[in-house]
Amino acid sequence: MTAPLTRTLDRGATIFLAICMGAAILVPILHLFVPPSSAFHVPVYLVALWGKYVCYALLALSIDLIWGYCGILSLGHGAFFALGGYAMGMYLMRQIGSRGVYGNSILPDFMVFLNYKALPWYWYGFDHFWFAAIMILLAPGLLAFCFGWLAFRSRVTGVYLSIITQAMTYALLLAFFRNDFGFGGNNGLTDFKDILGFNVQAQGTRLVLFSVSCIALALGFFICRAVITSKFGKVLVAIRDAESRTRFLGYRVENYKLFVFVLSACMAGVAGALYVPQVGIINPGEFAPASSIEAVIWVAVGGRGTLTGAALGALVVNYGKTYFTSGFLAPYWLFLLGALFVAVTQLLPRGIVGTWRYYMSKRREQQAADDAEAAVPPAPPPSATSLLARPAE
Amino acid sequence: MNMVRNRAFALVTACCLLLIAGIASPQQASAQNFESALAGFAADSFGDTETAIGAVATSGNPLAVDVINALQEGRLLFNPADKKVYVRTAAGTINDAATGTPAADVKAGDLQTVRLNNRVRRGIDAAVGALTLLSPDAGKRMDAAKAVFKSREAGALKALDVAIAKETEPRVKRALVDARAAVILNTPTASKEENLEAISVIRERGDQEARSLLTNLSADSHDDIKRAAAAGVASIDASLQLWSAAQNMWYGLSLGSVLLLAAIGLAITFGVMGVINMAHGEMVMIGAYVTFAVQEVIRAYNPALFDISLVIAVPLAFLVTGCFGILIERTVIRFLYGRPLETLLATWGLSLIIQQAVRTAYGSSNKDVGSPSWMSGAFELGGLTITYNRLWIVCFTIFVFVALLGVLRLTRLGLEMRAVTQNRTMAASMGIATARIDALTFGLGSGVAGIAGVALSQIDNVSPNLGQSYIIDSFMVVVFGGVGNLWGTLVGAFTLGIANKFLEPYAGAVLGKIAILVLIILFIQKRPRGLFALKGRSVEA
Repeated sequence: MTAPLTRTLDRGATIFLAICMGAAILVPILHLFVPPSSAFHVPVYLVALWGKYVCYALLALSIDLIWGYCGILSLGHGAFFALGGYAMGMYLMRQIGSRGVYGNSILPDFMVFLNYKALPWYWYGFDHFWFAAIMILLAPGLLAFCFGWLAFRSRVTGVYLSIITQAMTYALLLAFFRNDFGFGGNNGLTDFKDILGFNVQAQGTRLVLFSVSCIALALGFFICRAVITSKFGKVLVAIRDAESRTRFLGYRVENYKLFVFVLSACMAGVAGALYVPQVGIINPGEFAPASSIEAVIWVAVGGRGTLTGAALGALVVNYGKTYFTSGFLAPYWLFLLGALFVAVTQLLPRGIVGTWRYYMSKRREQQAADDAEAAVPPAPPPSATSLLARPAE
Repeated sequence: MNMVRNRAFALVTACCLLLIAGIASPQQASAQNFESALAGFAADSFGDTETAIGAVATSGNPLAVDVINALQEGRLLFNPADKKVYVRTAAGTINDAATGTPAADVKAGDLQTVRLNNRVRRGIDAAVGALTLLSPDAGKRMDAAKAVFKSREAGALKALDVAIAKETEPRVKRALVDARAAVILNTPTASKEENLEAISVIRERGDQEARSLLTNLSADSHDDIKRAAAAGVASIDASLQLWSAAQNMWYGLSLGSVLLLAAIGLAITFGVMGVINMAHGEMVMIGAYVTFAVQEVIRAYNPALFDISLVIAVPLAFLVTGCFGILIERTVIRFLYGRPLETLLATWGLSLIIQQAVRTAYGSSNKDVGSPSWMSGAFELGGLTITYNRLWIVCFTIFVFVALLGVLRLTRLGLEMRAVTQNRTMAASMGIATARIDALTFGLGSGVAGIAGVALSQIDNVSPNLGQSYIIDSFMVVVFGGVGNLWGTLVGAFTLGIANKFLEPYAGAVLGKIAILVLIILFIQKRPRGLFALKGRSVEA
């Protein structure tokens, strides 16, 4: 991961980072300094909406890192996202203090309601932001470490791994639905007031949260790029394309997988943590296997194995979801989503960005071949690099 | 509990009344007795009414129950002029209380209601109790005996002796004897021998109530009695544990058979084609909706056929979902072979579409699928309660399993399927049309899911979400049992079902399920390819 910056950031990556940073700076400016009458004004509801999408994009990045580059299809990444979200939610709950409905300064409302006598021990420390920040990384990371350590060591791969990740998130879904689990049962955590002393509902806070989400996305993207352009990343791709062969070459496949799985889980956790204050609620529904699978389709739409594609896919699909579910087309959204799953796997297996890159490289090859034909006798055209070829299972 | 005590007290009082009446006038004609007793109601005094209640209750006249019930509900009337007593029926007509026939010439305005106070009400309760203990209806006698068993009122002893002597129904007699033993254990004056005998009776009864009766014996009883009671408790505990284990076993078998039904089709497609069909649950759901549709048609055109609606639905569901499966395989899955993860996503997309289509067509509410008469009700087997629908589902599952096993073992299709499972390339070079086998396998797997839907429509809500609730469990079964071997699925399903039901009493339903999921995740570490994994190099391909 000590790759030179030029290798980490090719042209596409630089553009992506520039867009992220641009959005982080430009959107608050457009909101604050452009009059509402102008076409360039960004209303506050859009800031909140796109802030949510940006968190989804970060989740998609984390899935693409393991699926696109290491061949691990996790159908339980929503669990890491939700765990990060719950860690943030717990911090936000503690910030409510005595302003809850029951006015209890020690216990959150739902605990008073459920007859808790004292704060459960695992809520200790969430008064402090630094503690919550550590837990946002630690909770998903630890779960991913335990799960991955067990799964990768015994070489659970392919659909088997996908299914047990799904079982994992399903088990967590059932657990978090329980009232006596201490996380608010099926209502989850909500009714937040402050984050770091600022009102969560306030305009300024929303703008800052949006900018922070964009910066987090940029940072996540940078980390992913750094990982995949390093020598480590080459081994990951080798594992994706021929796991047994990589193992026979002497690489400890399970350690590579474990590292990237934990990294991905932490990223998902951060995405969840930024998501919660922007939507104002976290409940066990986030653990539902269906939402994890939906996140996978974002990556597939954008282009598996292209980081920009994953982020783009998350934005496009979620924009489509908002557009469709808010109008008279609402009953047809699930048809469309289902058709998207089928169509992308059938017709667009490289995704949007992958297909674009494929055509570009084809054109360049054609160009090069034409040039070569004009100058010297024809030579066999070089094949596309392994990254651009359709990933083998 | 308080109500039970009150009722039992009333019963005891009534029994005493009954005995006294019985001794005083053994030979009197009951009709005459009944009529003269009725006159007491017309006296308009509480004391006379109370006496009349006792007399009516002991008269043995079949109309006595009606009269007492009418009195209790304020429907017993009398004419102050001629002192005759009438019963107003629930329908509002007036009957002569003595004969039970409609009294045509009586004007409702002339009649007064027989008044009640609390003392009289107690008397009524007692009379109702006595009438039930000697009631001609065996079920009512049974209830009365059970009430005495619970209350253990010492005064009921004599009445019980009379009832036991008269009783002919063995089941009721047994309950009466139990009740008598319970009363004796609660009587401080009972002799040691009586106590020991009562303990052995209670010990044979062997349920939770018997156990609490024996543990709550008074502390100052004889040592022999204490020892006998302790031995009785131990023996009851042992048998209770056995029965509860057997009941859990049965629940486990029942759950296991449901899991097996839902998972077996999945196991076939996964085993042969390496395809995880996320739309499998929706095939189950379609099967259930086929059942619903069949029943709707039968209700509309020929209700007499309702009892065989499931017999019609099974082949129909198999055909519908089987054809649907082949359609899916030909149009979607065929293009995705060799890419199992993409197949997973595509079939998930299909499942969303199917669900939403059914929701659009039939609405998202639960559909009412009825049970044929031979599938409703339950029977008791020792300490077990077994419902017929669960029993039929277990039988049906075994039938489906054996049939599938037969198809795989004995038919040409089965042979070719097994060949493709073991080595696709080799099978293809031996002239097996693998593409055709794939389509048929997928059709077979979906068809089995469809008939699973018919069975599940009997025990679960038929809604568009039906399949979703089974899909994860089915995956667990397949992953646990291993691929390419139906026995693996069988063992997997029953292991998970029984483990789940044995965990439930300790951990609760949800925690038990979580524990099972965690155990499977751990189990996969040990055997990444399931219990009955295929061995050989073709598996790695």
